[in-house]
Amino acid sequence: MSTSVFAPRSGSRNKQRSNFELYGWLFMRVSGIILIFLVLGHLFIMNILDGGVQRINFAFVAGRWSSPFWQIWDLSMLWLALLHGGNGMRTIINDYAERDQTRFWLKMLLYVSTAFIIGLGTLVIFTFDASIG
Amino acid sequence: MSVKTPGFSLRATPIGTLYRGGEGMWTWVLHRITGVSVFFFLFVHVLDTALVRVSPAAYDEIIATYKTPIVNLLEVGLVGAVLFHAFNGVRIILIDFWSKGPRYQRQMTWVIAAIWLLVMIPGIYFMMIHTIDALFGSTS
Repeated sequence: MSTSVFAPRSGSRNKQRSNFELYGWLFMRVSGIILIFLVLGHLFIMNILDGGVQRINFAFVAGRWSSPFWQIWDLSMLWLALLHGGNGMRTIINDYAERDQTRFWLKMLLYVSTAFIIGLGTLVIFTFDASIG
Repeated sequence: MSVKTPGFSLRATPIGTLYRGGEGMWTWVLHRITGVSVFFFLFVHVLDTALVRVSPAAYDEIIATYKTPIVNLLEVGLVGAVLFHAFNGVRIILIDFWSKGPRYQRQMTWVIAAIWLLVMIPGIYFMMIHTIDALFGSTS
């Protein structure tokens, strides 16, 4: 039985070398540090401060998104969290999905759904209208 | 009962490895589980927030489910997962970038566990005070 592991530095897999995985690794650490502040701040305000989730309703959201500060906060959190989570999911799919076809389609599903959620969230923040209804 | 093989033991964490056995392995497992859980919640959370573009009533209705006792308990679990992922993320960064990080990775596991408990105990109280009041409180 032949082995599927390439010999180190054999060059067989190094034809299209890129630093993508290195940048991905670095992105996880940089976005992680920023997300600690954005997400823990978000959780503290939404779940703990001043009555927590019990006080949240449409008017509360309208009040917050009238300020560019919270719009930028939420937009940064949306993009960073989904890209950080999406890259984490990509790593997990690469680790556990062994068949090439399965791995490919799981990743396609991941990319399409993540792009959809980022797009939807961005649209909602930019087109929010407090006077609807 | 364990089989004794010279130089190889399944139970002890081998010296010089980070992810095989012990704290290094189990924090890695938990990091994946909490990460995947939070990622799936993010999808749901963006979708429920998107209802502010439908109507105030639709948004208020979905947010009302977050205020029910069972979902409130799930929120505590979510916050616990996010906090573990955040604190262990700092531990991973220290292992990668701090010269003494790998040597202290085990101690750092117990430090983040202690910080997690210190944050979660008051956190659970403030997150659930309304639910506890609504379920067991004598006053309205």
